[in-house]
Parts: sequence; structure tokens; C-alpha cells
Amino acid sequence: MLLINCPYCEDDRPELEFANAGEAHIHRPKDMADMSDEAFEAMFFIRDNPKGVILERWRHAHGCGRFFNAVRHTVSDKFLKTYMAGEPRPSDDEITELMK
Amino acid sequence: MNSTSQQAFRVKARGSRIGARSVSFTFDGKTFEGLEGDTLASALLANGVHLMGRSFKYHRPRGVLAAGVEEPNALMQISRDNSKTTPNVRASVQEIYDGMKAQSQNRYPSLNFDIGAVNNLLSPVFVAGFYYKTFKWPAVAWDKLYEPFIRRAAGLGEAPTEQDPDRYANRFAHCDVLVAGGGAAGLIAAKAAADKGKSVILCDENPEFGGWLLSDTDIRIDGQTGEEWSAEMVRQLLAMDNVRLLARTTCVGYFQQNMVVLNERVTEHLSRPNVELPRERMWQVRAGKVVIAQGAIERHMVFPDNDRPGIMLAGAAQTYLNKYGVAVGANVGVYTACDSAYAAAFDLAEEGVTIPVVIDHRDQVSDDIRAQAKEFGIKVITGAHVYCTTGKLRVNSMSIRHHKASSGSEDFEIDALITCSGWTPSLHLYSQSRGKPQWDEATRRFLPGESPQECVSIGSCNGTDELADIFVEAAEAVGGKAQKPKIEDDVPTSSGMVGATGTSADKGKAFVDFQNDVTAKDIALAVREGMHSIEHVKRYTTNGMATDQGKLSNMHGLAIAAKLLDKPIPQVGLTTFRAPYTPTTFGSFVGHARGALFDPTRKTPIHEWAVEQGAEFEPVSLWNRARYFPKAGETMDDAVDRECQTVRKTAGVFDASTLGKIEVVGPDAAAFMNIMYTNGWDKLRPGRAKYGIMCRDDGFIYDDGVVGKLSSTRFHVTTTTGGAARVLNMMEDFTQTEFPEMKVWLTSTTEQWATIAVQGPKAREIVEPLVSGVNIANEKFPHMSVAECQVCGVPARLFRISFTGELGFEINVPADYGRAVWEAVWARAEPLGACAYGTEAMHVMRAEKGFIIVGQDTDGTVTPHDAGLSWAVAKSKPDFVGKRGLQRPDLIAKGRRQLIGLKTKDPKKVLQEGAQIVADPEQSIPMKMVGFVTSSYWSGTLDQSIAMAMLEDGNARMGETLYVPMPDETIEVEVTGTVFYDPKGERLHG
Repeated sequence: MLLINCPYCEDDRPELEFANAGEAHIHRPKDMADMSDEAFEAMFFIRDNPKGVILERWRHAHGCGRFFNAVRHTVSDKFLKTYMAGEPRPSDDEITELMK
Repeated sequence: MNSTSQQAFRVKARGSRIGARSVSFTFDGKTFEGLEGDTLASALLANGVHLMGRSFKYHRPRGVLAAGVEEPNALMQISRDNSKTTPNVRASVQEIYDGMKAQSQNRYPSLNFDIGAVNNLLSPVFVAGFYYKTFKWPAVAWDKLYEPFIRRAAGLGEAPTEQDPDRYANRFAHCDVLVAGGGAAGLIAAKAAADKGKSVILCDENPEFGGWLLSDTDIRIDGQTGEEWSAEMVRQLLAMDNVRLLARTTCVGYFQQNMVVLNERVTEHLSRPNVELPRERMWQVRAGKVVIAQGAIERHMVFPDNDRPGIMLAGAAQTYLNKYGVAVGANVGVYTACDSAYAAAFDLAEEGVTIPVVIDHRDQVSDDIRAQAKEFGIKVITGAHVYCTTGKLRVNSMSIRHHKASSGSEDFEIDALITCSGWTPSLHLYSQSRGKPQWDEATRRFLPGESPQECVSIGSCNGTDELADIFVEAAEAVGGKAQKPKIEDDVPTSSGMVGATGTSADKGKAFVDFQNDVTAKDIALAVREGMHSIEHVKRYTTNGMATDQGKLSNMHGLAIAAKLLDKPIPQVGLTTFRAPYTPTTFGSFVGHARGALFDPTRKTPIHEWAVEQGAEFEPVSLWNRARYFPKAGETMDDAVDRECQTVRKTAGVFDASTLGKIEVVGPDAAAFMNIMYTNGWDKLRPGRAKYGIMCRDDGFIYDDGVVGKLSSTRFHVTTTTGGAARVLNMMEDFTQTEFPEMKVWLTSTTEQWATIAVQGPKAREIVEPLVSGVNIANEKFPHMSVAECQVCGVPARLFRISFTGELGFEINVPADYGRAVWEAVWARAEPLGACAYGTEAMHVMRAEKGFIIVGQDTDGTVTPHDAGLSWAVAKSKPDFVGKRGLQRPDLIAKGRRQLIGLKTKDPKKVLQEGAQIVADPEQSIPMKMVGFVTSSYWSGTLDQSIAMAMLEDGNARMGETLYVPMPDETIEVEVTGTVFYDPKGERLHG
């Protein structure tokens, strides 16, 4: 069972309290009605499935209820970082640093 | 029953773990005596019994091979009664207790004479890959022959026929240091960590701590025997309040972030367990640091006919002698490639057991060993191997040959043969922690590499062979101070060999994996047939796939394959070890989560009233809802018919409390509703309610429900019963991440409101006198009104709303008042001839009106347009969830399935939900399916069956005749609209 740090509660809590909410940093455009089919497909359906670092969303469903973002390594399942929704995506340099 | 109390092979001078008290048990119906502290295997060996099982494939007679969890042969069915019976228990692990019943497995009619042994004669047929080669064709043979055959032949032991009456517990624990394994290394590490003030959990799968020290009586630690030293360590650890010692507790799994799962067997060894105690306890431990001290497992020698009863591991023989006071034979041969077997031979010789010869596979042994052997008068032959053994149910001779000799053999009469090809460091937990074992060429074994988690391997499992070194390593592993004691008579275990002995010309089966009957020749065949990766060899031969997970066989199998492939061992690879380390009962995993505790049951405040009225219930998600209220002698159909018709003619009262409710509040509440729902919410006035549909962004229906607008900043949203949690989750997602600038707050109020629906022509007459604060006259409070008022003096939200098509109200009151208000409503309703109705009548009445149920009439691929709800999709809103998705080419394409009604041509015939619809019933199978039935009921009100269905181009097929083929008939149906009753909706406005 994973141990996840909720950036709102600032505490490590067991995975039982959380729900995964899919890939992070996917922007739902305000002018969605005008998107091309291809752009909509890419936005809504296509997801990364990396062997390595993934940026994903979690919700502290049985805790504070907040959605937040996490940097997780899919091989080791290690959480390299969690951060609040709305904060910028970590740079590649930062991710490299976190993996050390 | 005849009793055998001789225990002829008991050695009184030894047996550190054995008490004086006799324990009586049965094995295959025969009564045996053992001693307190015996395992089933040691007790049987004490009585001279080696034959304990039959092998899985060839049904060969097998004796016990090991003295620990790695035992592949002696698997038993251990029973207290029909409900408390466990298959595949290793005799070398199970402690005996008075009255224990043990049965050997995989034999018929008896262990001595087994019909299945014919498989042994057919063994040329049952080679590696037999299943892949044989069970291919013809297809019909699968059902009639192969499947039943495999079913009967497969599986070991018997599952209990009755429900398990025992309790299983589950505990979470946290500690600074978890030590897995309580041998020398584990005890040292636990003590060192505890001395530093760390909280420590130390577990060991055995009943006692000390590990190999209890099997080796020669070793001295600062003058103490291993047993004395371990006992002293345990005494000190028990005295510390930061240490928890768990015996009979196996570390079965190592998961992410140092979550380690322990299985504690609490009562398996007790004759009359305390009923207060759980049978087993599953510990989920989150450890700051994990210290793996699993030790090493001795390997057998791979030579022809190495599986006769009486042939066993040398270390096991030493353990049976020193721990249990049992000699494994009177005339014991030795075949080894490792020094450690000599210690076993010398111990046995000391107790008067004849050791006719030690065959050492190596060309050289040390002078020291030779000198000791000479002292005992034991003949040592080096550079030789055993190429043949005899004895049907027990080994009685072995034939040996020098490696270099082409012939010229020597035979020895024996009644047991102990072997050792070396010791394999246990990498199971390290591998489970996702570590990658590294090959150590110098000692030709795999050792732990880097630790991917906060863990460290120490002792034999880390390849540290000398006890003196282990003292340093174990203490330093936890940051403690190392003290090197004076060690005497430590036997090194690093030498040995891997792979098969002898030549390919040898006759007989040289077993690599005993439990799955895999021989050296099977592995050679797999390699010849193209399996070049150990993962393929494993699956093709099933080597290492039995319940012992290849604890003995993996390294041998790997070495044999590597030799034939002419590759270094690490290039052929090592398979990954998986949890659990040893077979673990389902009960242990399930713990308390069964029966009433499997899932919570949600009950409404009115639930008990329905129970008192004799209602039948049905589960709806986690809720238990009243399905119908049968009167004496009524069937379900009778009751539902009566309830529906009473509602339509008079009135009915329905507990709708399970409806999901979400309070949406804030200055941007309306704007938020505009985003979440397909409908427009700007024009809705406070005091009015509206049916809303929620989609996902792909355009498919996600949920629906009626929403009341209480003020310009407050909405009372209802959801489907099963959808409440996911709807709130999706709403939260949008407020938190997509529209964080919106000032809107969401609160689940499902369980705060009790909801009482009163439906039918007399609904107003029932409700009106109870309501104050609002005038509910028809014109003042029309259909789709909502008001905050009082009902029975209790603050309430009153909706005029209908899911039946009748005049209807839904009273929401705080849940604590739910039952009181319900009873007040009922006190008015009953004298007027109204009834209480359940979910089944509710379903029938909503279907008569063509109201959909999300999840029944929709399945996640249905758009609002498909469901005939285009009127509820706003056209002018710039954005809502699903707007873009609804424009996708496939969603606007022609030929989509649309929701329509069906009437059967024979009005009495009720369709089955899920039944498929075809246009031409005469076409050949497989027929072209044009749709399927989503809802189907008998409508007593209309005196005919009604159904709804998803049908290709359904809206264009009104009036067409279609067909529903069923196994015994084809039912003719006519396509209709979905509203079967009161199509103009006049009754709503009464």
C-alpha cells in the first residue's frame, strides 16, 4: 500500500484514503466548443503511460477532499513530489533532481 | 485403531525443542504418539515413517525432504472437523497437538498403494510441455475429455465443505525497524536497534527464535551454545518495551514504501484453542527500515532416483536430530558437495547411527574434515557421485561411481540418504522489494544488490557465511555498535555446486523440482525445444511453479539450463519472486471483512418501519431498500401490482431518502450548474425545480436528477442513488481544478435529509394538513415547485414532483425527524386507502411513464439525444461538460441506438431485460442484433407488458414489428414511444 503525502494536509497518509484521478496538467480549454476533433481527441482520450516518471492527479477523497498533483515513478512507485492543484508542472531539471 | 507408541527413532539425549509430554494424533487414520514440541514430520520420523505423500504428476512415493517451509513433498490435509480442514500443510511446519488429524494427499486408495502411480509408467508421455502438446485438438475433446480430466487430476488436497467458523484478525502497526527472521542475524540486529531506542518488530516463522543455531549443537558463542545464546537474547528483548516479538509469524509480502505483511498463526498449534483468539492475524506493518534476515535454504543433490522416501536434506537431518531428538535412520548414507553435511553425519554418528559412507562430489575435502571422519570411523569417498538408488517405499541402497570411471561402481545398503549441494541465500523478500539480485561469481550464487527501498539484507541471505562476521554486519545494519564475540566450531556453508550430477546416459529420474515432478531431463527438453529464457523454461516445465515456489529447485533448474545453453548463469536470468513467501490462507487476507462486515449496509431513517411492516428488501449500491410490502399470501408480482394500482387510483408513500443530495451554494452557483448540467439554469426562478442531465466531457450521460432552486445562490441537487459519490467527485473536480475562480461550495447532504414521496390523486389531501408556511394548492404550488416550509412543525423542503406520473410531493426533513414525519404521513395516508410502496413498484410506474434510470437504460455510451432527452440539452450555452463531446462525428452519425418503447404482440409476454432484438428472426446464427431490452415489466395498470430498449435508428422505426429470439421461442414486438401511460401528462397537474 502506498503512502501518499497530501500537500493540503501536509501529512503522509495511507493509499486507502486516496483516489487516483488520472494524468495531471491536462488543460480543459475555455473555448472547448471550437476545438477540432483531433485536438479534442488528444485532450480527452490520449494519455501517457510511461515506464518512469508520471505526473498524475490524486484526490484525498477520504480526507480533506482536495485534488492535487503528484510526481510518481511507475517502476518503483515512489512519490517524488506532491503539490497543490494549480501549481506549475515541475521542470525536467527538477524531476531529474528529484530522481537522484 | 492400533496405537504405535514406540518412537523407535527418538534420541533422548538431543531435542532442544521437545518436551516430555506425549501428544497423540492420527496419520491416515492410524494413531501415533509424538512429543510436545514435535512437528508432524518429526513425530512421524520418530516413529520410523518417512513415506508422507505422493508426487503431483507421477504419484511417486515421497518422504519428507526438509525441516522447514521449503518442504515440497510432505503436504498434508490437517483437520479438526469438516469446517476446520486445511490442505497442503507442510508436515515439517505443522506442530502436533492432541487429537490432530493428518491425511496424506494425492493418493488413492492409500499412500502405500496408489492407482495414480500408473502415471509414473506413462512418464514418457508426460514430458515437459505435455499440456501444450496434447490438449490442443479436437475442439470437442475440450468439453468432454480434457477439461474433466484436468479438473480431476489437478489440485492438491481438498477444500473444506463447510463455512470456516474461525475468526481472522487484521492489525496495522508502525515501527522504526522491522526484522524479518529471528536467527542469529535477526536477533543481533533487533537487539542493536532496540538498544538505540528504536521501536522494533522481530518476527520468525518458527515457534522459537534462534534459527540455525538451534540445529547446530557444536557452535559456541563466548562459550555459550547457540540455544543458550538465543534464549538469552530473547529474554533480553522480551524485557524491552520498545520490542515486539512475533513467533509463528511469516513475513509473507514486501510491498511499496516498506509496507510489509506478516501472517501470524495464533492457534494452529493448539489442541483446544481459546475461542477468544483469532486463528490467524494479518499484520500490515509500515517500517522505517526493514532488516531482511531470511537466512539460506539448503539445496538437494540432483541425481537419478533422488526422490525415494528416506532421501532428504542433510541440514534437515541435523535439525531433526538436534531440535527434535529424532534420528532419520539407523544406517544413513551421505552425498554432499558442501562441508555442512559432515556436521550432520558426525552428529548422527555421535548418537550411534551408522554412517556407511560419505560421498563427496568434490575432488578435495579439508584435512580437518578427513581427520574428524576418521575419528568417527566414517569412510569418505571424494570425486564420486550417486548414480542410482533402490527401494520402493523407502530407499534401501545407493550405487556410486567415481566421476572419472566409466563403470565400476560400489553399492551401499542404507535406510536413509542425506544430501547437500550447498545453500541458497533466500532472496525472496529482497526480490519482492523490487531489488535486482546480483550474481557473485566467486561463490556462484545470487546475492542482494542495491536496495531500492529503505532495507538491508544481513546474514546468510546476504551471503555472509561466518557467524563472527554476522555479528558485525547485523549490528552495523541498524547503526549499532559491533561487538565480535569469540566463535568456536562454526561450519562454513559457502561451498557447493548447482545443477545435475552424473551423465545424460544415467537411467532414472533426477528430480529438480519435487513438488511439480520436474526432472533434469525435462529442463534439457525445454531447452532443446527452444526455451532459452529461464522465464520460458519455468513455464514450459513448471519448474518452481508449485506451492514451494522453487525454494529448492530454482537454482538447479537455472544451472542446468545455463549449462545446456552454454551461457553464464546470470545471462539466463533469475525469475522474480512474488508474494506470498509461503502459502497463506484466504481467511488471513479476508480478516474481519466477511458476512455482515464485508461492506457497510446503509439504511434510511425509515428502514426499521419498513422492517416492521414486513417489507422485502433489495440492495441498491450499499443501501438496503424496501422493494415491496407484501400482504399475507401475496407474491412479489401480486404486491407490486397492488402497489402500482393503489398509487394510480388513490395514493402511495415511498421512502426516497437514498436519493443522492448535494447542496450547491454560492454567488456562482447558477454559473456552476450551467457548466455541470446540459440544461440552462439562468431562467429558472427560485422556488422552481427542473430535471437536469449531467454528461461527461465525452458527451455520454453520467447522471440525472431533479434540481430545486431555493434562491439565486442555492440549489438543492438530487442524484441517482448509486451515483451520488461520483457526481460529487466530478463536481469537486471541476470546482477545484477547472473553475477554481468560481465562488461555489458543495456539500453532500444525502444522509442529512430523509425524503418521503407521496404520489397519487390523493397526495395533496394526505400532505396538505401537515404542511405550514406554504400554500400547496394546485395553482399556487404547481408541478415542479419547491419551497422551504414546515412539515409537522419540522423545517422541511417540499417539492412538488413526480417519478410516477401522478400528482406528487417529496417531503425532505432532517433525517432525525424522518421516521416521525413518515409515521404522521402514514397516519393520514392509510385511512384514505393509500399504500406504502417499494422500489419495484416505483420502477414499474416510472417505466409506464418512460422515465429513464441512468445505469439501467443507459450504459455509459448513451447521449441525451440517444435517450430522447434532446429537450434537456441547451443549445445556446457557450460551454457545459459534454458540449464538445456531443459534436463528435460518431455521436451525431446516423444509425445510433435510440431509446424506444416495445410492446409485445402477446400482451401477457414479459420480455427479459438484456434480451437482444433482431429484424429478421429467420436469418442464420449469428444474427444481426439491432438493439436490446433495457427495462421490462408487467404493467398491471395497463394490463400488458411494457419494455424500453435501445434500438438502431429507433425513432425512425415507430410501429415496426421486430423480434426477440429467446432459447425456446421468438417473441414478436412492436416499436412504440416510451410513454405508455397518460401520454399527455395530465395527471401530474391534478
